[in-house]
Amino acid sequence: MPLAYQVKPIPIIVAITVVIITLLGTSLQAVEVEFEASGNIALEQRYFFKEGLYPQQLNHSQSSLLFEPELYWQWNSGNDSVIFTPFYRLDSADITRSHSDIRELAYIHAGDDWELRLGIRKEFWGVTEFQHLVDVINQTDGVEDFDGEDKLGQQMLNLSLVNDWGIVDVFLLPGFRERTYPGKKGRLRSPVVVDEDNVNYESSAGKQHLDLALRWAHSVGDFDLGAYWFHGTNREAYLTPSSENTLQQYYVQMDQLGVDVQATLGDWLWKFEGIYRSTTQQDFWASQVGFEYSFIGLFESALDLGILMEHSWDSRGEASISEQSSLLQNDVFFGARLAFNDMQSSELLMGFSSDLNHTAYSFLIEANRRFGDDIIISVDVRLLQTNDEQDLLYALRSDDHAQFAVAWYF
Amino acid sequence: MLIKKILLSSFTALGLLLVANVSQALTAEQQKGLDISTEAKKRDLGWQDSTADMLMLLRNKQGQESVREIKIKSLEVDNDGDKSLTIFNKPRDVKGTAFLSFSHPITADDQWLFLPALKRVKRISSRNKSGPFMGSEFAFEDLSSFEIEKYRYKYLGVEVINGVNAFKVEQYPVDENSGYTRRIVWIDTVEYRTHKIDFYDRKDSLLKTLTFSDYKQYLAKHWRADNQLMINHQNGKSTKLQWRNYVFKTGLKDSDFNRNSLKRAR
Repeated sequence: MPLAYQVKPIPIIVAITVVIITLLGTSLQAVEVEFEASGNIALEQRYFFKEGLYPQQLNHSQSSLLFEPELYWQWNSGNDSVIFTPFYRLDSADITRSHSDIRELAYIHAGDDWELRLGIRKEFWGVTEFQHLVDVINQTDGVEDFDGEDKLGQQMLNLSLVNDWGIVDVFLLPGFRERTYPGKKGRLRSPVVVDEDNVNYESSAGKQHLDLALRWAHSVGDFDLGAYWFHGTNREAYLTPSSENTLQQYYVQMDQLGVDVQATLGDWLWKFEGIYRSTTQQDFWASQVGFEYSFIGLFESALDLGILMEHSWDSRGEASISEQSSLLQNDVFFGARLAFNDMQSSELLMGFSSDLNHTAYSFLIEANRRFGDDIIISVDVRLLQTNDEQDLLYALRSDDHAQFAVAWYF
Repeated sequence: MLIKKILLSSFTALGLLLVANVSQALTAEQQKGLDISTEAKKRDLGWQDSTADMLMLLRNKQGQESVREIKIKSLEVDNDGDKSLTIFNKPRDVKGTAFLSFSHPITADDQWLFLPALKRVKRISSRNKSGPFMGSEFAFEDLSSFEIEKYRYKYLGVEVINGVNAFKVEQYPVDENSGYTRRIVWIDTVEYRTHKIDFYDRKDSLLKTLTFSDYKQYLAKHWRADNQLMINHQNGKSTKLQWRNYVFKTGLKDSDFNRNSLKRAR
């Protein structure tokens, strides 16, 4: 079976970073630089219980090899550092899923009450677990998994200012990243594949549009607060059928205001995320609210049990798949996390979500444990069900699967 | 800022008043127990900040071992608990994970965890005092900074331990989330160093014993034990702590203990 991957053109900011690193490197010869290499290599095996719904999809088995090293240099007592984290996946079935990315290639300088971060980085915002509504800086690496947790590296210039009244972050984000989607052979996708070469933008600058973000974050007693304004290219594309029986991507400009709050009150964590998004196509509000409660030392043992519940709401209500995703317009999520607190850090996670407007649910269970000093083995099972053709899960109704992974950390 | 300072000092005054009031009701043994622990705390004041490397060796009943490699940066805070930044290096799968804690003598500590894979900073509940730290025999509360207000005291007498005379003091945790009913602590009469602690579980049976060895003095004042051994009598497991590279007054500041420093901690 042919294996292939695409090399993306090296973006400008990478070139700039490389130049800066080189310049720093030459001026650094008198300085003591500490170097550290770490990372992980993993083997993943997925097994789909049913055959693919769409003609070209792989049938049952999909194997993958992942490699994510991290190279790190620091000097000036750690106040200057460079981090480089390339990522590579080789997939046995879906050539689109075989891909590489630079997750991080950045220079960071820390002053007393400010920090400058330049290069490709990952920036996470938010407090909830089941949906990351306010997290907008990085594009989703959708070919990795369908849960949207994996992100592509984003080029940025980020200035962070620490004040008594909170941390203010200013972001300049050049170079938009297009979302990745599974290819023809891939599972966990829509009936029609997304064409990665048929991409249009509302902005005449296209993917060169310079996005901006301004965020404030602060901790006041038991409350952790965050608020931001984002102006730039929407990370979610409108997908519309093209003449070639594929979906074409259209990225519009958006302004988004976001708020995230967590109250940490004893064993309770109360969480709220809310956004208001304005585009030329539509304006809407959405929220994710919930809690997390921990039972420490269950039945006088070392076990901890965390119980989570969240609800998502979206002012757009139910929408068809071709419209932009408002899939979590009235959904509930339940989760449980059992930590064994043993030498092997054994852990069991369970998640259940359901759409309250129609029959659609997803269920996942994940177990992981350390073997020896640096091997982690994990087993995941995910079940997706719906009878409603309007639900995104309808396209995935045959994609119930189990995944077994072995990762070696070095 | 000035108002804040005035408020703080009036709170401190109020606190002292309360302590004074309470102390009037103490028996001679309780007072002596409090005095010994207060003296031990007082003798160690003024370290300002420190950095150290900690090696944790976990051993189960069958003799299987596992290693945790951790770096700790601490900042002494006047009239409050210390601030600390804990950085994990081993096991490899948690490398880069960092933990920021602002401890408080009476109110709940503020704690944040940085998860490097997601680049996520998460505020966590500090209620978990009794749970195991990294699968070891140390509970979170065993590793947090010692504050006078966290316990009530009772003096039990003098005993010879490690060839020196030591005060034997019983300490009762104030926090209802503590995993212990009491601890018995042996503090030597000359330097006020802790040599041994017996931990009694919620049913008041002996759970663990912690012994300190190879004390070294830093800046001609601060004593730190190079080795600590925690033995769990109930499950047969043990955890050894080896401290290396203790440095004091390194110049760490308040700004080294915030969300930003947590994210880049190494």
